[in-house]
Amino acid sequence: MEISMNVNGDDVVRDVEPRTLLVHFLRDHMGLTGTHWGCDTSNCGTCVVWVDEEPVKSCTHLAAMAGGHRVKTVEGLETADGLDPVQEGFIQCHGLQCGFCTPGMMMTARALLDRNPDPSEEVIREAISGQICRCTGYSTIIRSIQWAAAKERETSVSLEGSVA
Amino acid sequence: MTVTEPSANQIPTPDNNLNDQKPTGFGRMLRKEDPRFVRGLGQYCDDVTLPGMLHLAILRSPYAHARIVSIDTSAAEAHPKVKAVVTGAMLAEHGLAWMPTLSNDVQAVLATDKVRFQHQEVAFVVAEDRYSARDALELIDVEYDPLDPVIDVRKALDPDAAIIRDDLEGKTDNHCFNWQTGDDAATQAVFDDAEVTVKQEMIYPRVHPAPMETCACVADLDKVSGKLTLWSTTQAPHAHRTVYALVAGLPEHKIRIIAPDIGGGFGGKVPIYPGYVCAIVASLLIGKPVKWAEDRTENLVSTGFARDYIMIGEIAASRDGKIRAVRTNVLADHGAFNGVASPVKYPAGFFGVFTGSYDLEAAFCNMDAVFTNKAPGGVAYACSFRITEAVYLVERMVDVLAYELDMDPAELRLKNLIQPEQFPYETKTGWIYDSGDYEPTMRKAMAMAGYDELRREQAEKRERGELMGIGISFFTEAVGAGPRKDMDILGLGMADGCELRIHPTGKAVVRLSVQTQGQGHETTFAQIVAEEIGIPPEDIEVFHGDTDNTPFGLGTYGSRSTPVSGAAAALVTRKVKDKAQIIASGMLEVSVADLQWDKGSFSVKGDPTKSVTIQDIAMKAHGAGDLPEGVEGGLEAQICYNPSNLTYPFGAYICVVDVDPGTAEVKVRRFIAVDDCGTQINPMIIEGQVHGGLTDGVGMALMQMINFDEDGNCLAGSLMDYLIPTAMEVPDWETGHTVTPSPHHPIGAKGIGESATVGSPPAIVNAVVDALKPFGIRHADMPLTPSRVWEAMQGNHTPPI
Repeated sequence: MEISMNVNGDDVVRDVEPRTLLVHFLRDHMGLTGTHWGCDTSNCGTCVVWVDEEPVKSCTHLAAMAGGHRVKTVEGLETADGLDPVQEGFIQCHGLQCGFCTPGMMMTARALLDRNPDPSEEVIREAISGQICRCTGYSTIIRSIQWAAAKERETSVSLEGSVA
Repeated sequence: MTVTEPSANQIPTPDNNLNDQKPTGFGRMLRKEDPRFVRGLGQYCDDVTLPGMLHLAILRSPYAHARIVSIDTSAAEAHPKVKAVVTGAMLAEHGLAWMPTLSNDVQAVLATDKVRFQHQEVAFVVAEDRYSARDALELIDVEYDPLDPVIDVRKALDPDAAIIRDDLEGKTDNHCFNWQTGDDAATQAVFDDAEVTVKQEMIYPRVHPAPMETCACVADLDKVSGKLTLWSTTQAPHAHRTVYALVAGLPEHKIRIIAPDIGGGFGGKVPIYPGYVCAIVASLLIGKPVKWAEDRTENLVSTGFARDYIMIGEIAASRDGKIRAVRTNVLADHGAFNGVASPVKYPAGFFGVFTGSYDLEAAFCNMDAVFTNKAPGGVAYACSFRITEAVYLVERMVDVLAYELDMDPAELRLKNLIQPEQFPYETKTGWIYDSGDYEPTMRKAMAMAGYDELRREQAEKRERGELMGIGISFFTEAVGAGPRKDMDILGLGMADGCELRIHPTGKAVVRLSVQTQGQGHETTFAQIVAEEIGIPPEDIEVFHGDTDNTPFGLGTYGSRSTPVSGAAAALVTRKVKDKAQIIASGMLEVSVADLQWDKGSFSVKGDPTKSVTIQDIAMKAHGAGDLPEGVEGGLEAQICYNPSNLTYPFGAYICVVDVDPGTAEVKVRRFIAVDDCGTQINPMIIEGQVHGGLTDGVGMALMQMINFDEDGNCLAGSLMDYLIPTAMEVPDWETGHTVTPSPHHPIGAKGIGESATVGSPPAIVNAVVDALKPFGIRHADMPLTPSRVWEAMQGNHTPPI
């Protein structure tokens, strides 16, 4: 079947089998290998991408279900202005080791901060509780997200200041 | 009073966020690998795509033990997208149906006679895409004749047990090996003489490393040149190349193993699995690149498990708490094939360090390993070979002794620790601990925990019926294998090469034999070289994971990268620096002895204005003009480092848990880890590794187990069944450190990658058992899930395996 969607700002049309999973569509058909395949059962979260603004586990989401929607992957986080603060935070706070869970973690973190600019540690733990990291023990991931939140709050304060 | 140590990984501030503000050397430095990972630009095996690449999928046995009667592949072959269907019988025609394991046993690549564990490899399909390959598996018709499976390890040696390994000539039972260490008679004499003895059976259940990335490979055999390029999830690319040469009969120079970015290994990517061999065979057969990528279920049910020991521990002690001897009898479940990844002379790995961190009069271990109808493995899951089991045994037993003596477990440990003046310390099982100063590490952990206050809080809570537990472990690890005189894998000595080239402009490339799986080698090794030669880490490229372009070495596992390859990197740099000094003496027209080194430049003693930088020297080494007599051009060197001993990192861990009396749920409230890994290269990376290992410890102690039903069906075949800690199950880690350098390592570093996985499970279990003390319990077996803790509270602490 032919499906069309917008991936990281680009409109794409592909002919795929109806059963194609979104994770395999992105990886094998779009060549976007930043999204990883980790468990098949929605447990590990390394495959998290956004469909519209909602994080979904792309290993249990058919590509066809994303047809007509906007999909955002880790490759879409960086903008012309540079790395997303979440990406910077993961570097600054050692929020990754092997890097395999990192794309999914960052997509969830970005979605969290878009909804809650100042999440507590408990809120962050809950937000990433559908995802597994085998390397970091989570503390540094939490600090990475807090770093990004702090940076964004600073930026927004200075922006508000300039508007006023 | 509680003391805290600033974390290396606190949220960075503008004053504390970069390379420890030094241009070169050790200290907190952000990782060089991270910019690609945060952009999703890491390249893992399954990301490799080659033109014309085909996909391989493996058909697995539904039975744990069954004879193969027939296999009909005709329907699968007729599938329009299928390129090949291969069975064990077809491999046997080419002598490829069996392969050696890392323990000198053999393992079936594809079963020919019978299947010996559920999910064993039976046939493979190669097709145009991954979905079609899996579709075709459904079209293969296999007729099995089921046999009685041997699942309960305690019954594996029963006279009426089915013989699993009838492929081995003359095999009439399921015994795999017997291994003993220490002095049986001397130990018995101490036990006969002791005022107090305690004995406890404990199970270290089967677990699985379950890295986030499963195993995968892409095999590409060039028909014209005959050269095989294999992108593979391997922690030991060079060792794998040699084994493939031996198995497949391919000339070794025609094999190139590329280990790209690896999404975690934890020991699980040390063995060679049938899937890799199948992909190579398929590429050979079809003449196209072939990818094999296992799914999560295949990863959990067929690749290397860890642990699976039933241990009976005994301690002989005096009434006042002097530990005199430790003895253990172990029944080890090795699954259907002996796939243990250990040095050849050490069938039980380094389990011999079960004597712990204590000064003993005697020790003895007897171990029997058996075959069962379960997946093979025995990998060092984030630990040096079998040390996790050894440390769990001794640290659990010390708490059992504390319980019987009604002594504080911290006091009991402090009373028995090896003293600093006793190092190097030879244990009663023959291990030479290189260095240690244990008591300050223990005292520091107690201070950070606020140990006395915690005990007071616990006493108050017990009065109110609340279940709070405090658990301690003090561990000594043995990491960094070789030395090569004692240690080899399939005849390959455990020493590591390293090559350093300084380019004309003073930039450098260092080539390593080891392979990172997230440990940050690209950063750490740049720092090691930088510290030695004064070139900034950002000017040093760390190259690894490609056997055609790196020197030979045995790979990354058992925390051996820093102890072995880290030493190699330091020594090769010193060799280059020695040559640089000779060139500098020519440039400055003084003798070598008149030069002094100042991290990055040589100057004339007494006249610091006369100096040359390493960059000046590099250009001179490659440039026009004469060099001092006898000095060749270029500035590079290669060495092979053979460690004279293992290194012995250690640490003191304290865990605080709360157990819900109503639901039996265990909450890890606090965890304090004080580690001593000798000289620290990058404290940020060290702390990260400790955090990861502690989380693994929570998994093993409270959640993870690969279990089976009586028919041999694996009950932990997905991450819904095999529970791994999320952010909700772990606390914010509290870490500290002491520094006791290794005397024989060139920079004094000991390795840290696995200390926390080794040290944390006994601390957590000791805490839970301590919490349950009001129930009169002195032991309960892992994983301490709510149902098991509940059972323990009812008096049943040893559930069936």
